[in-house]
Amino acid sequence: MKRLQVLLCSGSACQSAGALEVKRALVEAITDLGLHEEVQLVETGCMGPCEFGPILLVYPEGAYYVRVKPQDARQIAEEHFLKGRVVRRLLWSGPAPEPRTLPFFARQKKVVLSNCGQIDPEKIEEYIAQGGYEALAKVLTQMTPTEVIAEITRSGLRGRGGAGFPTGRKWQAVHDAPGRPKYVICNGDEGDPGAFMDRAILEGDPHSVLEGMAIAAYAVGAEKGYIYVRAEYPLAVKRLEVAIAQARKLGLLGARIFDTDFSFDVELRIGAGAFVCGEETALIASIEGRRGEPRPRPPYPATSGLFGKPTLINNVETFANVRHIILNGGDWFAQMGTATSKGTKVFALAGQVKNTGLVEVPMGITLRELIFEVGGGVPQGRKFKAVQIGGPSGGCLPESLLDVPIDYESLKEYGAIMGSGGVIVLDDTSCMVNVAKFFLEFTADESCGKCVPCRVGTRLMLGILTRITQGQGTDQDLRELERLATLVKEASLCGLGQTAPNPVLSTLRYFREEYLAHIHDKACPAGVCPDLIHYDIQAELCRACDLCRRACPTGAAQGTPRQPPYRIVQELCIRCGACLEACPFGAVVKRPGRKG
Amino acid sequence: MITLTIDGIRVQGEEGETVLQVAKKAGIRIPTLCYLEGLSPRGACRLCLVEVRNWGGRLVPACATPVQEGMEVVANSARLQELRRAILEMLFAERNHICAFCVSNGHCELQDLAAELGMDHVRYPYRWLPFFVDLSHAKYGIDHNRCVLCGRCVRACAEVEGAATWGFSGRGISTLVEADLGEPWGQSKTCTGCGKCVQACPTGALFEKGKATSEQVKRPEILAEVKERRPRA
Repeated sequence: MKRLQVLLCSGSACQSAGALEVKRALVEAITDLGLHEEVQLVETGCMGPCEFGPILLVYPEGAYYVRVKPQDARQIAEEHFLKGRVVRRLLWSGPAPEPRTLPFFARQKKVVLSNCGQIDPEKIEEYIAQGGYEALAKVLTQMTPTEVIAEITRSGLRGRGGAGFPTGRKWQAVHDAPGRPKYVICNGDEGDPGAFMDRAILEGDPHSVLEGMAIAAYAVGAEKGYIYVRAEYPLAVKRLEVAIAQARKLGLLGARIFDTDFSFDVELRIGAGAFVCGEETALIASIEGRRGEPRPRPPYPATSGLFGKPTLINNVETFANVRHIILNGGDWFAQMGTATSKGTKVFALAGQVKNTGLVEVPMGITLRELIFEVGGGVPQGRKFKAVQIGGPSGGCLPESLLDVPIDYESLKEYGAIMGSGGVIVLDDTSCMVNVAKFFLEFTADESCGKCVPCRVGTRLMLGILTRITQGQGTDQDLRELERLATLVKEASLCGLGQTAPNPVLSTLRYFREEYLAHIHDKACPAGVCPDLIHYDIQAELCRACDLCRRACPTGAAQGTPRQPPYRIVQELCIRCGACLEACPFGAVVKRPGRKG
Repeated sequence: MITLTIDGIRVQGEEGETVLQVAKKAGIRIPTLCYLEGLSPRGACRLCLVEVRNWGGRLVPACATPVQEGMEVVANSARLQELRRAILEMLFAERNHICAFCVSNGHCELQDLAAELGMDHVRYPYRWLPFFVDLSHAKYGIDHNRCVLCGRCVRACAEVEGAATWGFSGRGISTLVEADLGEPWGQSKTCTGCGKCVQACPTGALFEKGKATSEQVKRPEILAEVKERRPRA
């Protein structure tokens, strides 16, 4: 046992913030100081507060260093590791209370993420030391498949990929389906903009997913599993490869696991980056080597899935929950959450929120608690405007709905969805028409083109939204937009098209006045849409410093030095905002609507 | 036997039969476009959408939905009529379907459907992105401007002829039917020149060279006939 354990977050976010450079500098400093016998440096998966990366957690003190730079390494090593004095300036909470008591951590309940950021994901021994593969052992030696399914059903676990189908019922359906062989698929094709929980789990605790899949395979009677991960997650792929190799070596995957008659092995499949492949039938087509296109259901994959055989397909986070349910019991899991949504949910906080990152909270927490307590609220004194939850299939909820408890049903009722759990916070600098357009652009681009409503309908909707943001929208457009939205939602083949209108429908429901301002007043109230704003110079504040004129790319800002005021010629202005940024006196202002 | 109702009429079907097949036997008309007898159902055009009352009013494609005991299917209603018309309008707005200039004028399934469903104008802006016309094949031509991406040619080629020359490339609005890996049709190494794709095509996208418009009558029913005579594994 070494004297100090230094956990370095090396999730994708921290790596892009420079965690590996910090590691190199730390190793160098530790070696220089001759501390390599005393200090153990562990690379872990995501710790959560991605905003503050790279993160270093030093035990036994529990010192939580944030935004560490390579040049800080020597000071940390000398002061803390050698002399035992914590470097206060780098601590998250500064000299204030211990970080674990901050709302960011205190309000969280880590089940799925309990190992993330705590163990080295590339060492199976560390996973086993945390109770890893105990659940699989218990299942294989003490439980029948029916008992396993009963336990999962009792827990109330529902699919974490978005739609929230009861996991126990799905397992039962595959178990009961005639035909062999059966397959288990882990859906790791996480594609929502702003969602990264599956990546974090695969990077930080890959064995928990493998174990969940093995337990599921035992329950439904499968011998073969596939993990479908997108190619954009190279670190997750690498760690899964390491994990699978290690599990095989110890006999936790392969033939006759734990000397029972149960055999199970897993193969990786790398997705080529199509969003639609997160849809289960498209994903199956992709694994089979065909074009990633959904097909009509029924038949469901439970009866006719991969290669036409009964197939269980669950999301990464769903599988990661399984071992906890087996070890602690379904009743333990069911006591967390609301009447219909049990357990915890991992959310990816992004957008205009202080603590962007990955958090795990019990179901039933309110949006307000999630955004303002865990997330720390909106930064820079800005005003909260809306929260976009559920990715491109989700919706935008306004401030008046912040006290809604988060569960599958309540979100759906208000026009959003749980989705994979992406939470994007928007402040008053966001134009809701533009937000709807952004998400629709995404889905229209990602539409596979198979069914007509999604392929053509999303494009037509996008055309209308574009016209509205350019100030060419009419009341007729708004009616047509709503009609199309309903049509695409009802008539599309798969979940992509059926949910693509949600951002439009929810913004129309809660922020209709903003659409009307674009259409009637030709003004973008948030000052985002370039065609519906103008810049102006307040004469009394202008000092004729000439900076705006020099910054302006089109010659629209005009005037003579030392002879205020300057002015902006609207016909020449392209509304790029360069003058606003250049003005040191706050004389340039951006106003909604056109001038003149 | 499975018993269900379609538009209030009690009908019976065999296990594995689709709603469309059962409706057809009972003489109930459901419009289709991407469906073609003899080929696997695709469920893509959404014209055959029917409402299943006791599935919470869910809309499902009749061509790809197996019948189930006790289903209450609505195959024709004002809502469905409106929806089918809107889908046709989308197809007409998507690519160039000006009948007067089309080789299939007068014997085109898209045109017939528009007439049947009363789609007499298109309220959406026409997109009319220019697509290319490939005349490299000795006997046939493909005009992507007329293509509705129903995939009947793709399935006819793979499932009946067994050549699998045709496939889709791109996605969304830029999806194209393509021979082999995108080379001109005439250079395809796998195309047998059998012309089944042309017979399967519901519009003027695939056509025979050297034939006048009045002669471009297609025989999509031959796919089912060939399939019957030479069933593939």
